[in-house]
Amino acid sequence: MSVKILGKSKGFYDTFERRPGINKEQTHYCPGCGHGILHKLIAEAVVDFGVAENLIFISPVGCSVFSFYYFNAGNFQAAHGRAPAVATGVKRAKPESIVISYQGDGDLAAIGGNEILHAANRGEAITVFFVNNAIYGMTGGQMAPTTLIGQKTTTTPYGRTLQNEGYPIRMAEIISSLESPVYVERVMLADTRSINAARKAVRKGIKNQIENKGFSFVEVLSTCPTGWKMTPPQSQEWIKSTLSETFPLGVYKDISDQVEPLDLSQNFAPSERIPKLIGLEQDKLDYDIATMKIAKEIDQEIRISGFGGQGVLTLGVWLSEIGMREDLNVSWIPSYGPEMRGGTANCHVKLSRTSIGSPLVTHPSILIAMNRPSLEKFEEDVIEGGAIIWDNSLIDIEPTRKDIKNIPVPATEIANELGNTRISNVVILGVLAGFSDFLDPLVVQRVLPLIFKKKHLLEINLKAFQKGLELGRELLA
Amino acid sequence: MAKQFVKGNEAVVKGAILAGCRAFYGYPITPASEIAHVAAQYMPLVGGTFLQAESEIAAINMVYGAAGTGIRAMTASSSPGFSLKQEGLSYLAGSELPCVVVDITRGGPGLGNIAPEQSDYHQVVKGGGHGNYKNIVLAPNSAQEMCDLTMLAFDLADKYRNPAVVLADGFIGQMMEPVNFPEPVTEFAEKTWAVRGVDEDRLNLISSIDLDPDDLERHNQKLQRKYEIVENNETRYEEYRLADAEFVVVGYGIVSRMIHTAVDELRDEGVPVGMLRPITLMPYPKKRLAELASEPRLKAFSVIELSNGQMVEDVRLAVNGAKPVEFYGRMGGNVPSIDELVREIKRMMRVI
Repeated sequence: MSVKILGKSKGFYDTFERRPGINKEQTHYCPGCGHGILHKLIAEAVVDFGVAENLIFISPVGCSVFSFYYFNAGNFQAAHGRAPAVATGVKRAKPESIVISYQGDGDLAAIGGNEILHAANRGEAITVFFVNNAIYGMTGGQMAPTTLIGQKTTTTPYGRTLQNEGYPIRMAEIISSLESPVYVERVMLADTRSINAARKAVRKGIKNQIENKGFSFVEVLSTCPTGWKMTPPQSQEWIKSTLSETFPLGVYKDISDQVEPLDLSQNFAPSERIPKLIGLEQDKLDYDIATMKIAKEIDQEIRISGFGGQGVLTLGVWLSEIGMREDLNVSWIPSYGPEMRGGTANCHVKLSRTSIGSPLVTHPSILIAMNRPSLEKFEEDVIEGGAIIWDNSLIDIEPTRKDIKNIPVPATEIANELGNTRISNVVILGVLAGFSDFLDPLVVQRVLPLIFKKKHLLEINLKAFQKGLELGRELLA
Repeated sequence: MAKQFVKGNEAVVKGAILAGCRAFYGYPITPASEIAHVAAQYMPLVGGTFLQAESEIAAINMVYGAAGTGIRAMTASSSPGFSLKQEGLSYLAGSELPCVVVDITRGGPGLGNIAPEQSDYHQVVKGGGHGNYKNIVLAPNSAQEMCDLTMLAFDLADKYRNPAVVLADGFIGQMMEPVNFPEPVTEFAEKTWAVRGVDEDRLNLISSIDLDPDDLERHNQKLQRKYEIVENNETRYEEYRLADAEFVVVGYGIVSRMIHTAVDELRDEGVPVGMLRPITLMPYPKKRLAELASEPRLKAFSVIELSNGQMVEDVRLAVNGAKPVEFYGRMGGNVPSIDELVREIKRMMRVI
């Protein structure tokens, strides 16, 4: 090569102990391969910038899979194409580190096309080095997405054709079309001059990260004498004469001087503040559970059913919230599978003094039917001696069974009178509190302000509850 | 500490944050999306990362990166999404990185539907990705356990440097129950292997590549020894009314809740039946099953799953022909009623 690399950079390990075999001094790269030069440029830069000890280097799959033999850094080896995703996870967790994602053309532009595009588009504060040598080197000289039209590889033995494989893909151009990347340049490793230009680009890409500027992408046209079946000098010449014709060199985007540095500071909340931050502050209720007026034995299985929008699922949640605050075991589950068909929304609620097995209610002790299909569908499931509460302002039939408590409630009518048709479910809650033996009205009234999400509707909700409560007490009497 | 009425999917995230998880990488999929919603709500508030990745593949690889730095990291998905994570899980297991993945199983194969199934047992418990690895797998059956087992998953993942999967279904994810949330975890094991971008870590390497067959075999043997230790130390199961049972019904997750009720009904009829519920699916309570199989009092086992019969294979391996093992399964998102279970358990008993 035209640049003599004398001695190792401090960015490399002194000896390459991870490299198998007896040769711990030299890299595994073929003579004339560009990887070694690019490695050297990167190692020099991180040492010169004083960030070598903060470097986290992500090795890809391909010839550079063993970059971790060499870089004196924290090293990751990533799955094929996934280095930008791995780099994202690393940089987000350790924003103060310098993260380099190093990929070849098959890795970055084929199998990892999605990962690089989105890491770039998010503007991850990392530096990507993309080695484009127009071929899969490691796996045996197959076609890469960057292989030129007519170029022969082991999988394009007659040459790449437009008809079969399409045009080579230009990654620097694609990446530079995105808003987020701050710096995109294509360079080559073909002679002293171009390597010096590459050195500048490498340094700029790393410096951008040190200054928290955002996503930098340096595409490097590199030699693969083995894959190309050329001598090293022929390879360098081919980059200049041919490869760089399809992949023109140049700065495709550079807004690094125009952008403000990103704020990558990390502020983990202290553990004592965590419960409050995730909404786990216990609400305080000023009542004594021992004085609650509810039955000694409770084993209620409730099915609540109606049209979507009538608040049947919500009513189930309220019942459970109240039950929990009465120190009962409770479970709630929305309807599932085939039962969801036919325009009814319904839920299963269990309230019990003992532990709850299946949360499903097959034979309800109470059915709350808010529309006709619900009454028709679930009436027969109710246990003997159970109750059917149904909205007789909406349902134009009556339960046919005589072995149940028949409780018609004009819930929607009452809600409309109060001025909001959507609170019919609160009327039903009031009725339940009025006549049942498992809801203590005092507890319910204390719990309601805690569970009504819309505080400005609290007043009307409490009115609806009161109406229902009176109705329920009349029923009891 | 605080008792809250929450969905299983919400309990997962709150448990994870209490366990010190500060990185969540996800991708939307029903019926697991709520986990991502809740993580998106709370992760930024505690200073952690929530990121919606471009794919399930990217999400699990972001977890790989985050976990490699030593931070507690997780992702969550549902069956088709879990399939896509298999590549990443193999790399995490091979690199011995701890992480937690939640799978809210839905109906399959292919796009299937969004109703609950237990058809991911094979792909989660038996590895799924390439190579001689295993995930640690925990199977909650309540909202409380969605919290507790997620927290435990982080501990086990760290302790054994291994991916841990919380395997649930659409049912448990959607179900709301009171959850007692514990205090935040404040003490964590030191991760001397992590790559954090500091001088001391410069010899550390997160990798699963090893070209030398002897070295790679040694690495694999080490992994197998680890799984043995996990099996010896971490097997968890629940027994219900087994003391005088003649017939054992085996089921995990939501099915165990139904079996619980069916067992009560059968007991009311005087049928001597009990339940064994594996809480850990890897390690599997095979020793306990083998012990039960050797008891003369016990006549047979029946296994109930929301699948074509996947876990039943492990029951059969453990029982090893000592007693008959019957199976009943529902698929497609259908869930058996208690009446149906009672009927089927009786049918299976008559078969014996």
